[in-house]
Parts: sequence; structure tokens; C-alpha cells
Amino acid sequence: MAKNEIKYLTAIKQEKPKKKFCRFKKYGIKYVDYKDIDFLKKFINEQGKMLPRRLSGNSLKYQRKVSDAIKKARQMALLPYVTDLLK
Amino acid sequence: MSNYELMVIFTPVLSEEDFKAAQKKYTDLILEHKGSIVHSNPWGLKSLAYPIQKKTTGIYWVLEFTATPDFNEKLKIQILRDDSIMRHMITKLDKFAVEYGVKKRSGAFTGTEKAEA
Repeated sequence: MAKNEIKYLTAIKQEKPKKKFCRFKKYGIKYVDYKDIDFLKKFINEQGKMLPRRLSGNSLKYQRKVSDAIKKARQMALLPYVTDLLK
Repeated sequence: MSNYELMVIFTPVLSEEDFKAAQKKYTDLILEHKGSIVHSNPWGLKSLAYPIQKKTTGIYWVLEFTATPDFNEKLKIQILRDDSIMRHMITKLDKFAVEYGVKKRSGAFTGTEKAEA
């Protein structure tokens, strides 16, 4: 065994985590439609709660628009306020 | 003149003729006040995500129109008086929203399809 071989207690991470991106900026979506439920479902979890920017990767400008759209959809009973097993 | 979108949930007990009559009533009201209809889209009977007034289904109607800003108050009064309407919402559409609506109706690419992947 080589003398200056370094040993780690836990394996070091080899691959970098995938860089998140704002899908609105990347795909040029300018308007978030509150009627498009399937699209809005990408930004909520199984309980019907909104995902944070930390997870969705949205820029602040579009996160605000998504949040407005989801709240509108909830008002019009297109999305539930609280639920279980939405997806 | 600005672009607006009206979404209405009628009670599910409404018959087909009454639904048509109600649509006509509100489109006429808009036309009377020098507005214009851009697009009318009756979704029909749809189940609600949660019960409203103890009903689990509702008849949806989406209408895109242009009107003067002071007209919406009048429209709102008429809607609130109507017993057959369970819930309504008037949204002001910005230029991107109008563009999106035109694209969506013509079946063109709206950008959200690519984001599905």
C-alpha cells in the first residue's frame, strides 16, 4: 500500500448535482395560465402545497406568477387547497 | 379598453337551455356596453376540487372579452345577483396573456409543451 494514499471514512461525491434552471426563462414562457392544471401541478406537492423556489428552480419573477396562478386555480376549484395523494 | 377574462361556475342543476341563455345574457350585456367578445369557451360539467355550496360538480364557462374598466363593476353586480352562479372571477389580461390565448386557440406552440419533459 502506498504511503501517501488518503482514505476517507465516507465515499466522496463524484458527480455534481444537476444545475437547476428556471423553465420559464429557458423555454420563453411569458404567461402562466391558471386554467392549465397539468402544468401547474408540476409546482405543487402531493398535499397540494406549492414547491419552494429551492426545489422548482424558478426565478423570483416567475415564481410570483406561478403562485398567483395556483391561488387563482384554487379559488375556482380547479386545484384543491388541501388534499392527499394528488399525483 | 382592456382585455379581460371571465370565468364562471354555474350550479350543476342548470339545464342546457338555461346555460345557453345565461351565456347569451352576459355576452349581450358586454356588447351593450360597447365591449366585444374575443372568445367564448363553455367547458361544461366538471367536477370541483372541493365542494362549493355542498355541490361537487359545476358548469364552467370561460369568456375572453374587451371592455372599458368601469364596466366590470356593473358586470359583477349582475353576476352576484344571479342565483345560478356559484362563483366567478374576472382577470385582467396583459399583452402576454392575450398572445398566449391567441396561440392556444390556433393550436400553435405555447411553450408549455416543451416544459413538460
